[in-house]
Amino acid sequence: MIPPIIRVLIAKPGLDGHDRGAKIIARALREAGMEVIYTGLRQTPEMIAEAALQEDVHIIGLSILSGAHMTLVPRLLELLKQQGQERVRVMLGGIVPDEDRPKLERMGVAGVFGPGTSTAAIIEAFSRAVEPQELRALEG
Amino acid sequence: MSLVPSVLAGDRLALARLLSLIENGTPEGLQNLSKLYHQTGKAHRVGITGAPGTGKSTLVNRLVQLLRAQADPPEIAIVAVDPSSPFTGGAILGDRIRMRDLAGDPGIFIRSMANRGALGGLARTTSSLVAAMDAAGFEMVFIETVGSGQAEVDVASAAHTVVVLDAPGMGDAIQALKAGLLEIADIVVVNKGDLPGAQTAAQALRSALELGSAVNQKDEVDGWEIPLLVTTASTGEGVTELASAIGDHRQFLQRSGEWTLRERARVEREIGAVLRERLAEKFISAQPDGLYEEAIRRVVAREISPGAVVEELIDRASEER
Repeated sequence: MIPPIIRVLIAKPGLDGHDRGAKIIARALREAGMEVIYTGLRQTPEMIAEAALQEDVHIIGLSILSGAHMTLVPRLLELLKQQGQERVRVMLGGIVPDEDRPKLERMGVAGVFGPGTSTAAIIEAFSRAVEPQELRALEG
Repeated sequence: MSLVPSVLAGDRLALARLLSLIENGTPEGLQNLSKLYHQTGKAHRVGITGAPGTGKSTLVNRLVQLLRAQADPPEIAIVAVDPSSPFTGGAILGDRIRMRDLAGDPGIFIRSMANRGALGGLARTTSSLVAAMDAAGFEMVFIETVGSGQAEVDVASAAHTVVVLDAPGMGDAIQALKAGLLEIADIVVVNKGDLPGAQTAAQALRSALELGSAVNQKDEVDGWEIPLLVTTASTGEGVTELASAIGDHRQFLQRSGEWTLRERARVEREIGAVLRERLAEKFISAQPDGLYEEAIRRVVAREISPGAVVEELIDRASEER
């Protein structure tokens, strides 16, 4: 039997082409022992929800720098709900104005990380987002 | 809770869940797979292997796109394996980046896997994941290995048809292929055919193949002549020919009885692997307190060799019985 491993999907929805941040986070989460599925640039919410489903991830980490989070995030959350994937946590990184944060959290986003957040803080948040009993359930 | 009815009904969420349970080696995963097992055996398992950077994912993307565009297309699953970090156990699984054209097609299911320390180019549970996909009704399953050199040949027993990929500019990789991967190839592909050196690489491989068949006359016995194809996955050049070669090989396997032989060989290897692992686990946990640690200590202190200490442990265990 294998010790339980957190699976994460890192995705960049929308049209901005800067994926350095997403890659740094993917790398940091790997260093923390997680399995990180990286899907590349310009993903639609539909593509992200479908990839999360096929990969059976615990967490989706979105990197959005374009300011389109108030349309992309609700759409993704709606798709996850439709597909029975409510248990998947959604984290958001990028440039998010302060007034949007409470709205995103009310929608069900599990964490919002602005520029300058340390990778240690992100690893900590990702690790804590998955309940130990959920990982134990994977162990059987 | 049994996932079996949902998986058989085509519920993708249930399949994804089952794949995780199997991958994590849970009793629930094993029970479900066991109940599904009588539904397996229909899928054509196609292995895609080759050195890192030869274009495996891009080729799978193009090939699957083409197969799905046919009239009455097969439902296709893909298992793509990438390496785990030997230090942290984490992994970055990036094969989906090159497979974005396949998104949105409900007849395709892609699953990324970390090899979790296994050395043969696949993860220990890859073949079981493929079995679950087979039971779920996928008619073709592509198995993309970790980028491999010479020894990562597990795919030979996990797949019916093995496609070995090379690309120009790999230098001595061609030499390596002659000794290693080429021996397990059913189809050989030189990808990146638009790059200079592609024809040279193809020529080198062709002579290696001819030499191989002259030495062991394997081809005449088998009745399958290993085709050598040149593709450019980024443009789709040559991919139609590759798709037909894969189809031809399937027909050959079924016509010649080789399909059944390969299935049997695969099952034998899988049982052997599970047996070795389970027996070792059981044996170690049945050792009296401290004995196993003491054995390790003695080998570390160079008092005895690993082989001899294992003999000792086995002798002692059988005396006690």
